[in-house]
Amino acid sequence: MKRLISIIVALLAICGLLGYSSDRLQASSGSTGSHVLNLYNWGDYIDPGLLTKFQKETGYHVNVETFDSNEAMYTKIKQGGTQYDLAIPSEYMVAKMKRAHLLKPLDQRKLTGWHNYDPRFLNQSFDRGNRYSMPYFWGTLGIIYNDKYVRANEVQHWQDLWSPKFHDKIMLIDSARDIMGMALITQGQSMNSTDPATLSAAEKKLNNLAPNVKAVVADEIKMYMIQNEAPLAVDWSGEAAEMLANNPHLHYIVPSEGSNLWFDNLVIPKTATHTKAIYAFLNFMSEPQNAAQNAKYIGYATPNKAAKALLPRSVRDDQQFYPNQQTLQHLQVYQDLSPAKVQLYNDRYLEFKMHH
Amino acid sequence: MTKRRTWLYFIPYGLWLALFVIAPVALIIYQSFFDLGHHFTLGNYSAYFQSATYLKMTLNSVWYAFLITLFTGLISYPTAYFLHGLKHRQLWLLLVILPTWINILLKAYAFIGIFSQAGLANQFLSFIGIGPQQILFTNASFIFVATYIQIPFMILPIFNALDDLNPAFINASQDLGASGWQTFSKVVFPLTLPGVKAGVQAVFIPSLSLFMLTRLIGGNKVITLGTAIEEHFLTTMNWGMGSTIGVVLIIAMVVVMLLTGDQKPKGGTPR
Repeated sequence: MKRLISIIVALLAICGLLGYSSDRLQASSGSTGSHVLNLYNWGDYIDPGLLTKFQKETGYHVNVETFDSNEAMYTKIKQGGTQYDLAIPSEYMVAKMKRAHLLKPLDQRKLTGWHNYDPRFLNQSFDRGNRYSMPYFWGTLGIIYNDKYVRANEVQHWQDLWSPKFHDKIMLIDSARDIMGMALITQGQSMNSTDPATLSAAEKKLNNLAPNVKAVVADEIKMYMIQNEAPLAVDWSGEAAEMLANNPHLHYIVPSEGSNLWFDNLVIPKTATHTKAIYAFLNFMSEPQNAAQNAKYIGYATPNKAAKALLPRSVRDDQQFYPNQQTLQHLQVYQDLSPAKVQLYNDRYLEFKMHH
Repeated sequence: MTKRRTWLYFIPYGLWLALFVIAPVALIIYQSFFDLGHHFTLGNYSAYFQSATYLKMTLNSVWYAFLITLFTGLISYPTAYFLHGLKHRQLWLLLVILPTWINILLKAYAFIGIFSQAGLANQFLSFIGIGPQQILFTNASFIFVATYIQIPFMILPIFNALDDLNPAFINASQDLGASGWQTFSKVVFPLTLPGVKAGVQAVFIPSLSLFMLTRLIGGNKVITLGTAIEEHFLTTMNWGMGSTIGVVLIIAMVVVMLLTGDQKPKGGTPR
């Protein structure tokens, strides 16, 4: 009994010590002071060098917390108790957060960098007039192929994936909206269709693709493609950029008949408190020099026109990640669908996954 | 005085049970009665039981959980039996338990390395002249990895049951002229059955809702209820439906507990 008590006391003492030191650490990193900015971002989605530079220029220390899905971020901000000053949701999530009154409008008078942005990427359907959001990066959905096994002219269009010669060769990204969207666009439909019959047809189309599907996976797709595990994959341009950087045999194609155009955007959640730091950061990130540095680090396409001009020619002329005007015209931005419609997409997609 | 003392001792356990066992289960059951618009409904349950997709998925989950449990049992019982007869058995047991100290994700990634096109398994197959095969993303590889991960949880209870077995029974059986096989099948196995049952409970239930492995190793070619729950909570944000599936899993768990629970011996004579 005596021993038990002494063990319990020792454990409590250790816990107390750990609690105290973590509290000290927190205080010294300054997450609660006034000269800070709390950024809620995707993992590894900003050049750390920029954060240092920002602190040097403005004196604000940036605390970064990360999330791994729009929905996880939404739930956390909605439940409250967080202190995020800026978050980076994708476009449909901006619309959803706006409707749920989770966002503060941007104070346009305090923003000095709008003229740097390409007007083609502003004033989108999810946020007309950019009242709540500033584009951070944009990208597409496309096909990654390995030139060791597949020739470029064999996979120029979505329909090519259905070819019987690609039996058990394709990896798909595990995302209902994107994979259903791919089937819809192959059938000449809008990626925002909500008509049940159209969606059923898309599911049938996908079921026909099942023999060619090797696996439906998530982030691991990058690793698999880099290791030559599969010759073909359907994934986002951002993921593709990382694969291409690690395996010279990989290439990325955005089919000219159309695909998804996605945006990640800086927004101010309702819970934000450090107004001055927020606008300092938004203006800092709009500066061509900084946006270009970030684009070089992340490898995604920047909506900042002036920054793009600063990128090396090989990057800015790369049709894989900056598709030409003609392809760009056929790209579709996801609209935020009502939960019931999202359910419709997910049920069909689940049925497709069960199909094989 | 003493009575009040024992009552005091019960407070932490009571609080623990209420906060971490009863409250979450109650919350899941409560959530399962609400639709997307937060209206009270029984629709989730009727949707579940009318949907061929969900029913097929349930059958799938049960089938795969059964296979995993079966293979785990087939491997674990002999292993536990031999371990128990070894000299430094605590050390061997420690080695068996050791893999459970490693995070399940790390183990899954290790298997990806082994099973991939250029992985160890395929190098070996090439070496012996069979040539590389598609191992990842097959049902067999999924069951293999799941079985590997579950084995320690089956070995432990069986090992403990063997440890509790009074050697006098075995001696008696041998003295009375039973053969080795008879001793095992009539004495040792029936008396260690509670260990097997505990192992089945520890393996079958988690196997019903495996979802990381179905994606990482199975390439989403095996779809279990866990996959559906994950999707409802993270993508569709239909917590009601996700909870409904959770409730179905809880009921399945209760059923398994009842089936494998300790029955009072009827009639008094061991069969």
